[in-house]
Amino acid sequence: MMDKPWSNRAWFFVIPVLVVVLFSSLLPMMTVVNYSVQDTMGQNHFFWNGAAWFQNLLDPTSDMGGRFASALVRNLIFSFVVLVIEVPLGIAVAICIPRHGWKVGATLVLIALPLLIPWTVVGTIWEIFARQDIGLLGAALNGIGIHYNDTEDPTSAWATIVIMDVWHWTGMVALLSYAGLKAIPDAFYQAARIDGASRWSVFRNIELPKLQKVLVIAVLLRFMESFMIYTEPSVVTGGGPGEATSFLSLDLVKIALGQVDLGNAAAMSIVYYLITLTICWIFFTIMTQLDQRKGL
Amino acid sequence: MRIQGRNIGIAVYLIILFLPIYWLLNMSFKTNVEITSRLSFWPQHVTFRNYAHIFFDPVWRGGFIHSLTYVCLNTVISVTVALPAAYAFSRYRFIGDKHLFFWLLSNLMAPAAVFAMPFFNLYYSVGLFDTVWAVALAHCLFNVPLAVWILEGFISGIPREIDETAALDGYAFPRFFVKLFLPLIANGIGVAAFFCFMFSWVEQLLASTLTTINAKPIVSVMTQVYSAAGMDWGLLSAAGVLTMIPGAVVIWFVRNHIAKGFALGRV
Repeated sequence: MMDKPWSNRAWFFVIPVLVVVLFSSLLPMMTVVNYSVQDTMGQNHFFWNGAAWFQNLLDPTSDMGGRFASALVRNLIFSFVVLVIEVPLGIAVAICIPRHGWKVGATLVLIALPLLIPWTVVGTIWEIFARQDIGLLGAALNGIGIHYNDTEDPTSAWATIVIMDVWHWTGMVALLSYAGLKAIPDAFYQAARIDGASRWSVFRNIELPKLQKVLVIAVLLRFMESFMIYTEPSVVTGGGPGEATSFLSLDLVKIALGQVDLGNAAAMSIVYYLITLTICWIFFTIMTQLDQRKGL
Repeated sequence: MRIQGRNIGIAVYLIILFLPIYWLLNMSFKTNVEITSRLSFWPQHVTFRNYAHIFFDPVWRGGFIHSLTYVCLNTVISVTVALPAAYAFSRYRFIGDKHLFFWLLSNLMAPAAVFAMPFFNLYYSVGLFDTVWAVALAHCLFNVPLAVWILEGFISGIPREIDETAALDGYAFPRFFVKLFLPLIANGIGVAAFFCFMFSWVEQLLASTLTTINAKPIVSVMTQVYSAAGMDWGLLSAAGVLTMIPGAVVIWFVRNHIAKGFALGRV
């Protein structure tokens, strides 16, 4: 880690990536920046608008600002809720995965399967599953007397989206944790057995510290993915009922592609991007520090 | 006792996991009349009409072909471009390396919704709009950084002495890289390809924004069942079931490396 040789010729290796990323990321981003400081009267005629879009967006009392603030809060709550459920559940599932024999491969494949279902289809699966007339979940819940309607009742809609996300992504946390658990040498467990340690203290003192690094990755990936969730809720609830499940990406797509409100959409994109960037940077710093501690 | 509890735990989890998928499978073999008239755990009259419709309708078939084409293109581009960069990040320090790496990663975390509108403009202006290339390149936004990240993890697991020994043995760098190094990180390449395939296959927002007719992906074809008069639930379910197959196939290939892969080669 520390003794990597210094060579600026390594830049040549990075050039292909740089070209691709410039084209697919920086160039489009510049378009957004461009729109965010201009206004238009139509006919492709743009004029300078300064920071007005941003002022509007960041002022919660304005129309746009209020909408953005509530979508942001909604999205943060959503990300928090799914993390709180998925991380412990994922660790628990990982501990339960068999360690030997053919069952290992089979279990891993089954656990990973939801991750490879296109997000639209995940939405479709749950849209159907949650319907009161033709879906098992909706029909069963209403059958036992729980009022449940994911297109009209905000609580049901939220519950459906959260359960869907847990169903969809817990497998990833489980696979990450499983990889972390497998990397723990047997000697640790043997030492614990000799000491007569309880299952809980094995988990608390051996497994959890060893999982630290993969869990940071898991939390990072899960947070980011849930913070930009779009497809699944757009299929299941379409952001509704009302605005109840209208998360940031849903709102942004509505403004950008639905209403073609370029200025507002661009300003919102940039603020949205900066928020993810900041959070990503925090995680990245934690991760490199863990790397360095491991390297020493 | 301990082991038993674990087995029960995993069994319960898997059953809950597969209940919604089973329901979809169940519906795909029913007729629409049966779907809307009664709930049942298995089809009363098994029909293959839904699947037949998808196989014989050029729009549906085209959807699958377009999706698989851009996914494969994207996988090849991402891994090829990422390999040398991952090697550089893993083996050398250079001006701006940390910043560059972070900037790459930040693209992985960029919301696709932010890029939908500018991508539309960009690909329209370069004449790639509504081609599989547009989607393949657009998905590079998150797949190239991901591939760099994964490969960097795997490459760092290979001791640098191997590079040095090869150089002493008179291997020129390109020959060393292709003949000796690539086989060593074959697992990592497989895992990176798997992830690129996965994220390109599941993505919908960019894929449907960048295409209209000629390169329409399967996920867009599916959303159009919604707007058609009356819901064709059976057809939608059958299409959903079919979209799971490519994923299941690629998972099977990487099953032995999947856990390490999800930890991005970092355990």
